[in-house]
Amino acid sequence: MDFSLSEEHLMVQRMVREFAQKEISPTIREYDRKHQMHPLALPRMAELGILGICIPVRYGGQGFDYLTLALVCEELERVDTSLRVIMSVHVGLNSLALLQWGTEEQKQRFLVPQAKGERYAAYALTEPGAGSDAAAIRTTARREGDVYVLNGEKMWISLANHAHNFLIIAVTDPDARPRYRGFSAFIVQREMKGVTTGDIKGKLGVRAGSTGWISLQDVEVPVENRLGEEGEGFYIAMSCLDNGRYTVAAGATGLIRACLEESVAYANERHTFGRPLADHQLIKQKIAQMSLWYDTARLLVWRAGWLKNQGIRNTRETSMAKWYATEMSVRAALEAVQIHGAYGYSDEYNVERYLRNSKGATIYEGTSEIQQLILAGYALGQRRDKPLRCELPAYDPESWRSEARADSG
Amino acid sequence: MHVVVFTKSTPDTAAKVEVDANGNVTWGDSPLVVNPWDEYAAEEALQLKEKQGANTTVIAVGPEMDNDALKHCVAMGIQEAVRVWDDALEGSDSLGQAKALAAAIKKMGDVDMIITGKEAVDVNSDAVILQAARFLGWPVLSFVAKIVEIDPATGAIKVERLVEEGRETVSAKLPAVVTVVKEINEPRYPSFIGIRKAAKLKIPVWSRAESGRARSEVEAGAAKTKVLEKFPPPPREGEVEIIPSDDVEEAARILAEKLIEEKVV
Ligand SMILES: Cc1cc2nc3c(=O)[nH]c(=O)nc-3n(C[C@H](O)[C@H](O)[C@H](O)COP(=O)(O)OP(=O)(O)OC[C@H]3O[C@@H](n4cnc5c(N)ncnc54)[C@H](O)[C@@H]3O)c2cc1C
Repeated sequence: MDFSLSEEHLMVQRMVREFAQKEISPTIREYDRKHQMHPLALPRMAELGILGICIPVRYGGQGFDYLTLALVCEELERVDTSLRVIMSVHVGLNSLALLQWGTEEQKQRFLVPQAKGERYAAYALTEPGAGSDAAAIRTTARREGDVYVLNGEKMWISLANHAHNFLIIAVTDPDARPRYRGFSAFIVQREMKGVTTGDIKGKLGVRAGSTGWISLQDVEVPVENRLGEEGEGFYIAMSCLDNGRYTVAAGATGLIRACLEESVAYANERHTFGRPLADHQLIKQKIAQMSLWYDTARLLVWRAGWLKNQGIRNTRETSMAKWYATEMSVRAALEAVQIHGAYGYSDEYNVERYLRNSKGATIYEGTSEIQQLILAGYALGQRRDKPLRCELPAYDPESWRSEARADSG
Repeated sequence: MHVVVFTKSTPDTAAKVEVDANGNVTWGDSPLVVNPWDEYAAEEALQLKEKQGANTTVIAVGPEMDNDALKHCVAMGIQEAVRVWDDALEGSDSLGQAKALAAAIKKMGDVDMIITGKEAVDVNSDAVILQAARFLGWPVLSFVAKIVEIDPATGAIKVERLVEEGRETVSAKLPAVVTVVKEINEPRYPSFIGIRKAAKLKIPVWSRAESGRARSEVEAGAAKTKVLEKFPPPPREGEVEIIPSDDVEEAARILAEKLIEEKVV
């Protein structure tokens, strides 16, 4: 067993850390206050290649492994959750789905520009009436010759107002039983007629992130834009979550680290009763717990990353990492605010933002309750993974880095 | 044109540097980084590569830990890396290292410019580069804030140096040694493609003999500097006073009075 990171991992980690610290950290509080995305977030992450970090070079990406994706997410959320959310939807929920399920033609058309950061991508499953119970979605896709006509409304969609490409899950066969067998997945482009989007205001956290709605009115989507087969939509949607949750878990690990690092600094600096806070046992306990949560979350994430690199199904392990890391990030943020006292309660310090940002991750990409149902399902033998028609490909450095197209050799 | 960046690894500037019980300087498990000043030198070399088609190499004289700095520069885009080292250099001083550096530069044969940061951030010294310039017989343009022009036809370089009174424009003939200040540019991050290249790069190590120096010239015994003692600098003491006033003019008046009172001005 080997827990060490490679030289390459460390260099990527350092580079992304430097970017986030230098370009985002100094001004993020301002944008969070204004409920605005940091103007450098998307364009710079695109330009630097972060948006294609674990996509093969021949599809416009940087050719690193899935563990690198986690390290990048940790560094980004160390500074602000909104940066990691971009990775979750653009890479985790969308680009990796194209890599997993897309035809070669779809990869060239959609994955290449996304990996290069020329087009931004989002994922739309949730609707006003369907969240945890994804099988209850109402958006329809009716086949008419060479197109599908989509109608419906998607809600709580990250990057709704910024993305160019949306992965939309819709009902193609309303008579299918169980219902979810009648779903299909579509790549809908913003410029298609009948697509409108808007932002949702008044969120508790991730205020520098964009979350919104998408309305689809008689949107004609060519058949070539259907990802996977008709009826595979639900399986695709769930496989996306295996990757999205992984990025959420890795990010939450970064949030725990943020809470830990800033609490350590404050505990050393602030004095009460003639001693630094760090000398009081009850404060030590909080610090000890945070370091335990950080290490545990990280180990769970790395295990999931290792499985992904090997090409082994990891729904269970990813769900566990996501549940644990996000719940512990909320607790770490609560403790960080506590350690900072009144200053932690003010936006003069970062920890109040960490607390507000932490909560969302126990809700999106499967609430903590849903993760518990999944894990109990495995433990009780009520749930078993069935092989998918297309699995997420195992990481192979050689093929990931070769420039040659798969179909040319 | 062949531009060589001279660098070394240093502890992260955020590291807590201490003197341990044995009198050695330590920085715990804090990571090593490229000497921060040298990032500006590497950036400048890369701009010369992009604008004038220069070939670029990065070099360090030091043990394996210097690979970190070399790889960082390669990840930024520098084309080649070389490390000069053998056990004879263990414990050598700046003079020994300068001899080894000068010898390696001579061995390369075609170098037009050595560019490096204004100093190494760990020892706060630029002795190695100045001594190497002397061995090579090249002019030194130090504290350069701008390379104004390089004329390939005449081999002349014109730069702006940062001096206490402002800026000074000077010219010299290449080959020359240039040390840079942070005003010169904004260093780029390593690129992912650069990281891929750097991570798998096997950096060649040139021994002192390969670059044509006798052991007796560079080894610790040849050192002209003697380190008598290593000790942490005394903690800086100071008092902070905030002038309580909402009115800027009022605050400025109080500040001016205090400065006069304390005989600062
Ligand atoms: C900031 C943010 C960004 C988001 N981004 C996206 C996105 O990009 N794309 C996307 O498709 N969606 C996105 N979502 C939506 C998110 O995935 C859903 O909010 C989530 O799945 C929960 O659905 P819901 O809000 O409808 O809650 P509900 O499903 O109504 O659940 C309400 C509560 O009941 C609990 N509950 C539900 N069923 C059970 C059960 N069987 N047993 C026990 N408890 C249960 C839930 O855990 C929860 O606590 C985002 C949400 C947020 C807040």
